[in-house]
Amino acid sequence: MTTARRSWAPIGLLSYPTLMLGVFFLIPFGIMFATSFFERDPIAFYRPAFVFDQYARLATSLFIDHLLFSLYLAVFVSVISIGLAFPFTYLLTRMRLRTQTLWLVFVLSVLSLSEVIVGFSWSMLLSRTAGLSNVLVWLGILEEAVAWAPSFGAVVVGYLYLTLPYTVLILYPPLSRIDPELTEAARTLGASPLRAFFNVVIPSTRTPIIASMILVFVFTLGVFLIPNLLGRPRHWTLSVLITDQAVYQSNPPFAAALAVFLLATSAALILITLWLSRRKRVATT
Amino acid sequence: MAVLNLAGVSKDFGATKAVDDVDLEVPEGQLACFLGPSGCGKTTLLRMIAGLEEPSAGTIRFGEKDVTQQPAHRRGIGMVFQSLALFPHLDVGENIAYGLRIRGTPKQERDNRARELLGLVQMPGVERRHIPQLSGGQRQRVAIARALALDPQVFLLDEPLSALDAKLREEMQVELRMLQQRVGITSILVTHDQREAMTMADMVVVMKDGQVQQVGTPLEIYRRPANVFVAEFIGSSNLLKGEIVAGDRVQVHGHTLRVESMPHGFASGAEITVSVRPEEVGLCSGEETRENGLQGTITFIRDVGQNVEYRIDCSGLEITSNVPPRDKPDVQLGDRVTVELPADACVVLA
Repeated sequence: MTTARRSWAPIGLLSYPTLMLGVFFLIPFGIMFATSFFERDPIAFYRPAFVFDQYARLATSLFIDHLLFSLYLAVFVSVISIGLAFPFTYLLTRMRLRTQTLWLVFVLSVLSLSEVIVGFSWSMLLSRTAGLSNVLVWLGILEEAVAWAPSFGAVVVGYLYLTLPYTVLILYPPLSRIDPELTEAARTLGASPLRAFFNVVIPSTRTPIIASMILVFVFTLGVFLIPNLLGRPRHWTLSVLITDQAVYQSNPPFAAALAVFLLATSAALILITLWLSRRKRVATT
Repeated sequence: MAVLNLAGVSKDFGATKAVDDVDLEVPEGQLACFLGPSGCGKTTLLRMIAGLEEPSAGTIRFGEKDVTQQPAHRRGIGMVFQSLALFPHLDVGENIAYGLRIRGTPKQERDNRARELLGLVQMPGVERRHIPQLSGGQRQRVAIARALALDPQVFLLDEPLSALDAKLREEMQVELRMLQQRVGITSILVTHDQREAMTMADMVVVMKDGQVQQVGTPLEIYRRPANVFVAEFIGSSNLLKGEIVAGDRVQVHGHTLRVESMPHGFASGAEITVSVRPEEVGLCSGEETRENGLQGTITFIRDVGQNVEYRIDCSGLEITSNVPPRDKPDVQLGDRVTVELPADACVVLA
């Protein structure tokens, strides 16, 4: 039975990633999911049980507020990230190949910096005593040095620094594949260069735009050091609270419940986005 | 629609001259072909006419109007690109009406115009189809319809048929030419395919290394090539090196030939090349003495259907002769024959 034998090959190939995903994602997630139903024990961290106490605690306005803020921040950062990275990457793909390579190496090297270093560097750069505002004072633009961190703006800057390289790297392949004759065709039909960009370049890269927005969104939800270092407590995201509960408050069940809740909410948002974008495509097709 | 006029148009890319001092006038309603090998500057010249490339020197005029400084989107041209460049996110009707949408034409009018143009390219009723659903030939027609949607002054085509297979390409050449004549629009077609140029053009502009080698009707270019490059590039030719003896006589490889017309400015003893098209070369069996007759031996015969090709070695000089099948002489490989290079078919080139 050759057909039967052949059908085993893809299963064999798929079993490795399936195994890895199972061992390193599903099992830890399962443990966390189970933990979220446990009871808290101040001495032994937690006691196996099946109670909804932790989820009930989520309904307090404090956590709802932080959840909404986290989602708002993630959406905000992913929109700004695309807004900055898209024109940059588009212009980059129009440059000479050597220039492109140098820029990509630079962008990649930013990824080698850890979140801790990025966070501390920005808190320094935005501080009153040693920050960039001193340069502006020296240039005569500002009267006296000011502290830009902690603030919402500082948190956004820190996030953008982390997300921009990813966005550029996701957008680069599809943008460099765009046929330059497409925009030229639009121009011969009366579209100004700017209009051709909005009419042709952006619509033909819808899928990568949505993909990179989702990636930045998910990535941003997981970051917990930046709001700690660059924000005030009211700028703390759910990730910060999860760390706080798990590490400082010694309450793993509640941290697990928060994590499950965050995961469920973001998964739901992503599914809605994908569904909307598919429906849009079907409508235009 | 207008006369297209180029005066001293040049384009430098760094140290290389992609287009070198081109003067050209395309009369209203005519189709000119820019013909040449790749890298000869024909596409760059076309892009300058389109406004997609800025000339380093010279002026471009549509009719009385100098458009040299005008950007592409204000120039009023229609262009068909090599990749066709149809917008993948728009359907056929939206592609064709894109230019009208930019102008703010109402939807009803846009739809009517798209329908009219699809009729013109003989593809009615496909407005709502999507680009990936179309065949190569259909995409071609949509690209042509889109380029004509705004009633452009000049219609530019950059190797638009190169992606099609040979048979469809021949059909489209004839169809596109008929369409161009029907619309009566001043047009420029860039191609490296001399057959395409001969099929479609009112005038052929042969280019090499950024310079115009010759401008003329297809027949002029073929019958009276201006130089060795044109003679070689357009069709095939017997190119015989020799020198001028006196008056209308040239000496080629020890044979003296009479030529009907001798270009001006050549002195006796000047080195020249004589070009004779293979189908002009007469061939008969046996050794005969006649004017411009050369004796030789057949070294190769091939019958390609529309004609029979003979190669004859005339004491070191190889001559190719193409004979239609019904005029085929009774000769075999290795036979001694006489080839005749008619005086009116011998073109003397520098």
